[in-house]
Amino acid sequence: MPPAVGRGPAGSELRPRRGRCGPQLTRAVGPDVAAELTARSPKRPARGSRRFEAAGRWALLALVTLLSFATRFHRLDEPPHICWDETHFGKMGSYYINRTFFFDVHPPLGKMLIGLAGYLSGYDGTFLFQKPGDKYEHHNYMGMRGFCAFLGSLLVPFAYLTVLELSKSLPAALLTAALLTFDTGCLTLSQYILLDPILMFFIMAAMLSMVKYNSCADRPFSAPWWFWLSLTGINLAGALGVKFVGLFIILQVGWNTISDLWHLFGDLSLSVVTVGKHLTARILCLIVLPLTLYTATYAVHFMVLNKSGPGDGFFSSAFQARLSGNNLHNASIPEHLAYGSVITVKNLRMAIGYLHSHRHLYPEGVGARQQQVTTYLHKDYNNLWIIKKHNTNADPLDPSFPVEFVRHGDIIRLEHKETSRNLHSHYHEAPLTRKHYQVTGYGINGTGDSNDFWRIEVVNRKFGNRIKVLRSRIRLIHLVTGCVLGSSGKVLPKWGWEQLEVTCTPYLKETLNSIWNVEDHINPKLPNISLDVLQPTFPEILLESHMVMIRGNNGLKPKDNEFTSKPWHWPINYQGLRFSGINDTDFRVYLLGNPVVWWLNLLSIALYLLLGSIMAVAVQRGARLPAEVEGLSQVLLQGGGQLLLGWMLHYFPFFLMGRILYFHHYFPAMLFSSMLTGILWDTLLQLCAWSLASSSLARGIYAVGLLSLLLGTAYSFYLFHPLAYGMVGPLAQDPRSPMAGLRWLESWDF
Amino acid sequence: MLGFLKRPVVVTADINLNVVVLTAVGLLSRLWQLAYPRAVVFDEVYYGQYISFYMKRIFFLDGSGPPFGHMLLALGGYLGGFDGNFLWNRIGAEYSSNVPVWSLRLLPALTGALLVPMAYQILLELGFSHCTATGAALLMLIENALITQSRLMLLESVLIFFNLLAVLSYLKFSNSQKQRPFSLSWWFWLTLTGVACSCAVGVKYVGVCTYLLVLAVAGVHAWHLIGDRTLSHVRVLCHLLARAAALLVVPALMYLLFFYVHLILVYRSGPHDQIMSSAFQASLEGGLARITQGQPLEVAYGSQVTLKNVFGKPVPCWLHSHQSTYPMIYENGRGSSHQQQVTCYPFKDVNNWWIVKDPGRHQLVVSNPPRPVRHGDVVQLVHGMTTRFLNTHDVAAPLSPHSQEVSCYVDYNISMPSQNLWRLDIVNRESDTEVWKTILSEVRLVHVNTSAVLKWRMLTVRSDDSEHKYSSSPLDWITLDTSIAYWLHPRTSAQIHLLGNVVIWASASLATLVYALLFLWYLLRRRRSIHDLPEDSWLRWVLAGALCAGGWAVNYLPFFLMEKTLFLYHYLPALTFQILLLPVVLQHISDHLCRPPLLRSLFSGLVVAWYSCACHVFNTLRPLTYGDRSLSPSELKALRWKDSWDILIRKS
Repeated sequence: MPPAVGRGPAGSELRPRRGRCGPQLTRAVGPDVAAELTARSPKRPARGSRRFEAAGRWALLALVTLLSFATRFHRLDEPPHICWDETHFGKMGSYYINRTFFFDVHPPLGKMLIGLAGYLSGYDGTFLFQKPGDKYEHHNYMGMRGFCAFLGSLLVPFAYLTVLELSKSLPAALLTAALLTFDTGCLTLSQYILLDPILMFFIMAAMLSMVKYNSCADRPFSAPWWFWLSLTGINLAGALGVKFVGLFIILQVGWNTISDLWHLFGDLSLSVVTVGKHLTARILCLIVLPLTLYTATYAVHFMVLNKSGPGDGFFSSAFQARLSGNNLHNASIPEHLAYGSVITVKNLRMAIGYLHSHRHLYPEGVGARQQQVTTYLHKDYNNLWIIKKHNTNADPLDPSFPVEFVRHGDIIRLEHKETSRNLHSHYHEAPLTRKHYQVTGYGINGTGDSNDFWRIEVVNRKFGNRIKVLRSRIRLIHLVTGCVLGSSGKVLPKWGWEQLEVTCTPYLKETLNSIWNVEDHINPKLPNISLDVLQPTFPEILLESHMVMIRGNNGLKPKDNEFTSKPWHWPINYQGLRFSGINDTDFRVYLLGNPVVWWLNLLSIALYLLLGSIMAVAVQRGARLPAEVEGLSQVLLQGGGQLLLGWMLHYFPFFLMGRILYFHHYFPAMLFSSMLTGILWDTLLQLCAWSLASSSLARGIYAVGLLSLLLGTAYSFYLFHPLAYGMVGPLAQDPRSPMAGLRWLESWDF
Repeated sequence: MLGFLKRPVVVTADINLNVVVLTAVGLLSRLWQLAYPRAVVFDEVYYGQYISFYMKRIFFLDGSGPPFGHMLLALGGYLGGFDGNFLWNRIGAEYSSNVPVWSLRLLPALTGALLVPMAYQILLELGFSHCTATGAALLMLIENALITQSRLMLLESVLIFFNLLAVLSYLKFSNSQKQRPFSLSWWFWLTLTGVACSCAVGVKYVGVCTYLLVLAVAGVHAWHLIGDRTLSHVRVLCHLLARAAALLVVPALMYLLFFYVHLILVYRSGPHDQIMSSAFQASLEGGLARITQGQPLEVAYGSQVTLKNVFGKPVPCWLHSHQSTYPMIYENGRGSSHQQQVTCYPFKDVNNWWIVKDPGRHQLVVSNPPRPVRHGDVVQLVHGMTTRFLNTHDVAAPLSPHSQEVSCYVDYNISMPSQNLWRLDIVNRESDTEVWKTILSEVRLVHVNTSAVLKWRMLTVRSDDSEHKYSSSPLDWITLDTSIAYWLHPRTSAQIHLLGNVVIWASASLATLVYALLFLWYLLRRRRSIHDLPEDSWLRWVLAGALCAGGWAVNYLPFFLMEKTLFLYHYLPALTFQILLLPVVLQHISDHLCRPPLLRSLFSGLVVAWYSCACHVFNTLRPLTYGDRSLSPSELKALRWKDSWDILIRKS
């Protein structure tokens, strides 16, 4: 049962009263106008039939919810293969079930919930989720899809209740619900194992509880007030815990809270102490509570994932020591570096990885044609290097030699264990960072030239000190050119296997990119020590995983020859996303908004801006509006303003983002835009009806306008439903196709 | 009639000696030894090449900004009689005798000097005392970074000048709004605001920030105007229309004008032609026009053509082929057809020529009369140098595996037939029988056998310039943790450095912080109906903050979002606004927070001491600002107050 409807009949008894003294109306207009407002609605019945009306409202809500669930759960099991990003999120769900550690750019809550849903529905985590199109066969995937569809279905009643609360108008709420129910895009996005339905669920739930709590403002510190306030906080934590996009709804709630506090602060009838109480309550419920919950999700995340897995290399050496199965777990290795030791060298910057080389040369035209040196995030034999003295090639592991430790300031040679080439640099430009020097593997069986010599230095230490495994922060300085070994963090093209570029930078600025530490260390001649002392604390883990995630997000840059979706494409529904299938024999699902709904939304935003500014200017000029219009303008400016803010907050920041963007990023904004459409058209129709004074005609226009909008959306859904429910057969160009004639834009490729 | 004879003719001149003196010292500080050093200093090497282009009337387009600033610099060259003959290739190169260094550097220096009296004027218009205003001007006078930047052939001081001019004229306008709206001076200042804004944008795109700030303030004022119920509807409408015309329409027109003048000035063909469309290039003197002169307009069967990519990104290039073939196996293991490569080549070359052939005939020569090629015709394209046909087939392209490979067909006598028929699709056609025209027609070649569209793509070399020896991050700027070595004397250790006056720098940042805190404090108290300040000084305080602190914020914060290479001089526009705020805060503290007279005189004493300290710092850093005196290594070492300052010390 969703929280919005879980208040029982007592709540519904309260609603009419709250409607009369809703804060947004009372604050600005005063009680008399608000009272007139109650009288304006032709639908408001006499006192005697209130019980009947309440029942009607419940029935309507139930109907909306039912319809939403019916559309979302219809043909949920099709197609029985992996669609689009299910390959990622399904896989991550499996990781939770198998408790293997992995890395993802999004916070863990969404994937944890998917994993939980899978676990509870009997999925055993054995499906590999390798690539889109793989058949699920006997694996139980319906639990995870059903969970996402369940949350996705709740979006519609949430939007319905939000609009109802903001506008106090059933038709507006109904229109919003219809727009969302019949939008093929929302429908498609809710039917698969994705983070988006979960994210949108939390965003809408936060919005709904914020609006509800605003309505309680006349009874501060009452039980419902606390309930809705803390529910807002909980949902904010949820939204942020699923994707960082949740930040936008936090901004919206933050803005609402600040303006709310500003009003309270300006109310001189309230003492400063009372305002202080208000402030404390908000800090508790909207900052402390969400932060605690958010941190808690990470605690659970790290507790569940305690086995070594594909994400290890993204994290620091100390972090890895806590994963069972990792070679650093419960490991004991020699403490001090000595000549002849076999080591892996890890960059201190998070998410850069290990110094790596392999039997591939730099391609023609990219510096000298010598062996590539890169950094690589995963553990691999090609990450192993041997420390040798620069001037002898004798095997230091020969038992007849005494152990000689490497000291700060020594000149060394690093030999790649697998290929026996030396780490080498010279005056050739690096492949991507043209102002740095190229780093290569050079020489045969360890014999190279003087460009293979590096001075090893420990940051902030005196000369002559020994070098400690894991703890010492070392720099490698190329002896001949004086440059410092570093990784630029840039991804090499295909010839470099999309590993990261290693360069030798002549600028001696101290950045983490050029500081390394020794992670694995093998030297049979030295005694081992235990690594347990290195275990990081929880705040350290939390901080580190955030750094890795932020870097990961920034690293998602569009590749050169990849088609990228631009934010301006989205509201005009310019191009969709293929969820499944390309050819005419495939089962095809195409994520595309219902164009009728989306273009109506676009039109509504323009109309809203026009109407809103006319009304605002009229108010500013001191025009005396009739009470009827005054009430409508309040709803439009206050309620509509909040929704417009939501739309802008969830849309415009994408213009500033450098990372790769996809069409589905627009859907949270689309929810707000649909709610705005509902309020706008209801207001517009009421205004039209009001300006034609005759009441029967007015009611007729209102009803006809609303019905045509509702039926129009429903019919367009009937036309476009194959996009969401899947289509087989020829593509849309073909007149025999189920979508024939519906490819209204060239850019839709279904 | 002859009334004027009855009274003497009196000319009353109000000369504010403050302004005169400030202008004079401003000019002195910026113009002193302006022609020294006679060598290319730092970014002069960048702007200089464009000045030479203007002098020689050669077409160019600087991708980094609009042309107005370059034009202003070129004006100096024009007045100095510069012929454009200088090779701008190296920082530190000596200027040859034909380069009028003084007049080239004059305009930036003048604008830089005028900042001093303008700072004074702005604070007066904001309603502060002469003392405060003079303080602001004096601070502007001794800011080393501003001096360095304005004494060279660079654009920052011009940008800052227009920024401040926009703010000043808006203030003048809004002050005359209260007395005489729609008077001549009202119109003058309003229009000047718009013009100054567009000039700022025309110099550098960062000018948009200040423009938006002025627009925002004007918008708030206009909103108050709408709320003023003493004015009639018509009058309000007139006010709004006047503002819209001056602040929106005029800048837009000015911006277009810059480009118009630019294109009039540079009418000769040059190395930058290729970034423009072919039709544009044909309009340049000696450019494509010379080549295309007398060449037939219509493409006929047998015509020899070059095909240029319309899109022109990342670089414009021509369809090209050459003897080399695709490798048998790509590095990632995919196979290829091993046929002759077809690429897009960004330079003119004989290998760019293709012959249009009618598939039904065997000759390659143009028949007489020529048969024009029309939209929808099926043609073959023969590569001129290798006489191979343009071909595509169902083999994955080298870099985009979802596209088909395009090659020139080599007959290996294997079971892969040639598929070399292309249907001509003129995109910008007016009728369906349109003839393929040289330059004007944009064509697509649709492959007949597979209906794939020929899409050619070049191997892009990612240019990455985000790192420079002297580049810095916005956070370094506030604390002045970075410097830029502009120039070093070839023999001695005289050098020019972009370095700020640390005292001003630090106290300006501090003042911004103090302003923000005080503003918040007053705002909260006013909300509880505790009015610490009288209404008029509160309004003054708010407006000064909106323009000065706001100006700092809009000119600084956007840099955090930029991905281009950033340098310390990018901070200077923001810094000037911060410097304007500094005396505002000082006067406020003295007037409102130091009530007892004793405390107030103590504070004044402190301010004087602090200013002398700033003067001292200015004087100490002066050799690095003007580069006129060679310092000994020990003196240089003593000047290196921060480790991150990269002061050059000769080893000898």
